[in-house]
Amino acid sequence: MKRPEAVPSIVRALAALLSLAVGGLVVWAVLGLPETAGLREVVATHMDRSGVTHPVTAVLLNFRGYDTLLEVAVLLLALIATWSLRLAPPDRNPERPGLVLRELVRLLVPVLIVLAGYLLWLGAHAPGGAFQAGALLAGAGVLLILVEVRPLGRLSPTALRVLAALGVAVFLAVALLAMGRGRLLEYPVEWAGLLILAIESAATVSIGLALAYLFRGDEPARRADEDGAA
Amino acid sequence: MSAALAYGLAGAGLIAIGLYALIVRRHLLRKILAVNVVGNGVFLVLVALAQRSGVPDPVPQAMVLTGIVVAVSATALALALAVRVRDATGRATLDLPGDAAMGRGARRDGAR
Repeated sequence: MKRPEAVPSIVRALAALLSLAVGGLVVWAVLGLPETAGLREVVATHMDRSGVTHPVTAVLLNFRGYDTLLEVAVLLLALIATWSLRLAPPDRNPERPGLVLRELVRLLVPVLIVLAGYLLWLGAHAPGGAFQAGALLAGAGVLLILVEVRPLGRLSPTALRVLAALGVAVFLAVALLAMGRGRLLEYPVEWAGLLILAIESAATVSIGLALAYLFRGDEPARRADEDGAA
Repeated sequence: MSAALAYGLAGAGLIAIGLYALIVRRHLLRKILAVNVVGNGVFLVLVALAQRSGVPDPVPQAMVLTGIVVAVSATALALALAVRVRDATGRATLDLPGDAAMGRGARRDGAR
């Protein structure tokens, strides 16, 4: 039986050729790259000015702060775009979520929140940081959604929007404050550690919230008196 | 052959597989998955190249971490758009109504 989504065999053949050519090009590029130390030495020599001791965090939040600022903005943009599609709320499970799942979530969610805080703090000197912590918070949020509890559902839709934008807002505020003494995103060395922690804390909350609500898909209900707010 | 090189070549393989599936699969969910396979191939190549001399280079690692978040955001938006397309057209493909192949597909798997 022919599969419903089959495309003509000529298209398949051309696609196979194109894929092999692109794959081959990547292989050629990987094999042909000269052996270099990359930017490892450059990062290592400037580590003492970064405010943290883990090189990946130093690159993410300080040396290449632009990338991370724009990345948090992309996440917020995806959330706004998804909400603006006005998807229907997820179908309710005809059977209530089982007892085991509900009790597991009750146990796991607090543990996940503590672990997220731990990873956030760890990011300064070991693998960890805002994105890993945010991913754990999002995992807690997805678990809550699975048992049909809306994460932070007691907050008003406006408060949810403020929390979702908090990461970008704090990041931008710090970047602009740093501009007063130098250039955008150039933190003063003595404050760098504290500023990075502030940015990462705000980003963790926003990332966790955004990912969990992207999983749900629908926009938090907006009360009539809140139109145009936030 | 070093382990880093093996990962790099595996990344190239993922890029090729994902690209093929992106072209030949009609269903939007499969296309979104295919884009993710390509993206993970790129990440694998980057991480492998950062690892070649034994001690990892933090810059490509940070780039991949950034890339993962962007890929997740784009995937979530793509999935939401796919749901919207299905709600609006009753189909989970981008075929035009006049497309003969679409007609075959629509008969076979009903409303979706």
